[in-house]
Amino acid sequence: MALAKITQITGRGVSVPGNDIDTDRIIPARYLKCVTFDGLGEGLFADVRRNPDGSEKPHPLNEARFKGATILLSGANFGCGSSREHAPQAIQKYGFRAVVAENFAEIFFGNSITLGLPCLSAERANIARLSAAVEADPSLEITVDVAKQEIRFGGQAIKATLRESARDALVNGRWDAIGELIEGLPVAAATAARLPYMAV
Amino acid sequence: MSKSLFQKVWDAHAVRTLANGQTQLLIGTHLIHEVTSPQAFGMLRDLGLKVAMPHRTFATVDHIVPTDQFAEPFSDPLADEMIKELRKNCQQFGITFFDRATGKQGIVHIVGPEQGITQPGTTIACGDSHTSTHGAFGAIAFGIGTSQVRDVLATQSMALGRLKVRRINVTGRLRPGVYAKDVILHIIRTLGVNGGTGFAYEYGGEVFDRFTMEERMTVCNMSIEGGARAGYVNPDETTFAYLKGRPYAPKGAAWDAAVARWRGFASDPGCTYDDVVAINASEIAPTVTWGINPGQGISITESVPDPAKATAADEKASIEEALAYMKLKPGAPIKGTRIDVAFLGSCTNGRLSDFQEVAKFLKGRHVAPGVKAIAVPGSQGVGVLCASLGIDKVFRDAGFEWREAGCSMCLAMNPDKLVGDQLCASSSNRNFKGRQGSPTGRTLLMSPLMVAAAAVMGSVADAREVFGVSAN
Repeated sequence: MALAKITQITGRGVSVPGNDIDTDRIIPARYLKCVTFDGLGEGLFADVRRNPDGSEKPHPLNEARFKGATILLSGANFGCGSSREHAPQAIQKYGFRAVVAENFAEIFFGNSITLGLPCLSAERANIARLSAAVEADPSLEITVDVAKQEIRFGGQAIKATLRESARDALVNGRWDAIGELIEGLPVAAATAARLPYMAV
Repeated sequence: MSKSLFQKVWDAHAVRTLANGQTQLLIGTHLIHEVTSPQAFGMLRDLGLKVAMPHRTFATVDHIVPTDQFAEPFSDPLADEMIKELRKNCQQFGITFFDRATGKQGIVHIVGPEQGITQPGTTIACGDSHTSTHGAFGAIAFGIGTSQVRDVLATQSMALGRLKVRRINVTGRLRPGVYAKDVILHIIRTLGVNGGTGFAYEYGGEVFDRFTMEERMTVCNMSIEGGARAGYVNPDETTFAYLKGRPYAPKGAAWDAAVARWRGFASDPGCTYDDVVAINASEIAPTVTWGINPGQGISITESVPDPAKATAADEKASIEEALAYMKLKPGAPIKGTRIDVAFLGSCTNGRLSDFQEVAKFLKGRHVAPGVKAIAVPGSQGVGVLCASLGIDKVFRDAGFEWREAGCSMCLAMNPDKLVGDQLCASSSNRNFKGRQGSPTGRTLLMSPLMVAAAAVMGSVADAREVFGVSAN
């Protein structure tokens, strides 16, 4: 199963500002009542985008000028809370190809990389600059360069980092570890054999 | 060379180094539930894979189960599909399922310890962020996503980078009326909701030495609310005494050997940590959250923060956002805030000792008019123990609804939900916007006894005053 080498993503951006945006907000628990991940994009930010009667609330994702954006911008501790992979699944199925935030909660970050959804951290001031540029011109072309760990837009470049194991996995097309883990199964079995609690 | 427990457990379970530098880590014990596993089994089928070590995965059903009636089919067809899917998957892949009929069903983080499956020196993973609970036994326990559930099913291992270790010493003595829940809310308030990113928390000090296993579990449970993917306490006599005689605990000579091995996993004296934090137990008060993340907490005697007094712009913005959602007044005392619902349960505080402690004080008292109060044991086992001790009757007599086991109103994936902007005094772990089932519902996190005090008074109250809690 060959995986795509994800070196850079080019597209338009949208800013969903705020710190500590948790996975319950990204995808409310009622959308977790499913046995597949199909259709999860519908539930992305559901309760901050729509009223209970289905009418829209003011939210960046509801604005026509940001439709089709593929790069999501946000604040600190993005994706905190529940380990639900439904959160990055919803982001990806909605159409996003990368997330740029000040920093990410641990489990969310890992889940996203495993789906081939790059999450890059940038300084607050730089995200503010990028968000302001998107606000001024929603059609602005942004390149998230995973390999070089930078984001380019409108003739500027800002630094955006991710941990080396994730960068390596994305750019070399090994972000889903299942193949490697299966190769290592005999070694895993040998490791298990040394641990009494794992005996059959 | 002296090592921390984290390092010893990691070393014992490291399979090999992967191409990207992460470790292929053996997961000794895998716990699954109905919400985050069906897609993983679907991926296994798509890839034509088997479960590598089915005897090391254990399943239960907790998130979607109704707590007032268990007759199947469930009235919610989606919930019904999920329990049937789990049953089918467990049967097809040969996995032990603590289904309702076994009498062992309950919240996954209560069932594992109760059955003696959770043991020191092991690695544990579950598609649930509160898997950190199991660290109370000196295990390294991680919450994982569904793709990793697939990885663990297929290979009994997963790819992970090593965490740093922060030792948190809580020294001295807790004051009367201050509980394990207050300790962890205080730690999160102090270190921040993302202070633990990249770390495992090692909890220790006199307070943890004295804590029961259930108290240790309450603290480890909420490690993730502080950003730490794992949290643990070194195993000791308290740990071994809890495990002895449990269904999955080793027996006879194997027990003695296991205890000797378990002892060896405890952090060596003098081992180095990446960070050390000291907390004085006497400074911890009964704590209540006022905002929309678990770090936004104050002591019961304090007032809700005023954004006008915030020093940083983003602090001001976050207080404003939280107060607007919570409909609380800046600078108002939290005590006296009217509540609509009281919820006692969850993987944080749904164990025997939680109900036992409340029952001691609830006898002869009654839930205030207009307050809906529900008590939800964390497992069928907890329910049975409570019934045998007459605890369920104390709750019922006081006007609580006494329910069957499940996650219930902690995240409201079952019919137990807040309605509109109801305010809930809750013993659970998250006060995120909409967490308890209504997009405008509001949650105040607190200890079980504080929940009971709020239920009795109809408003947020100091349990020490309401129940006359004093030093014994």
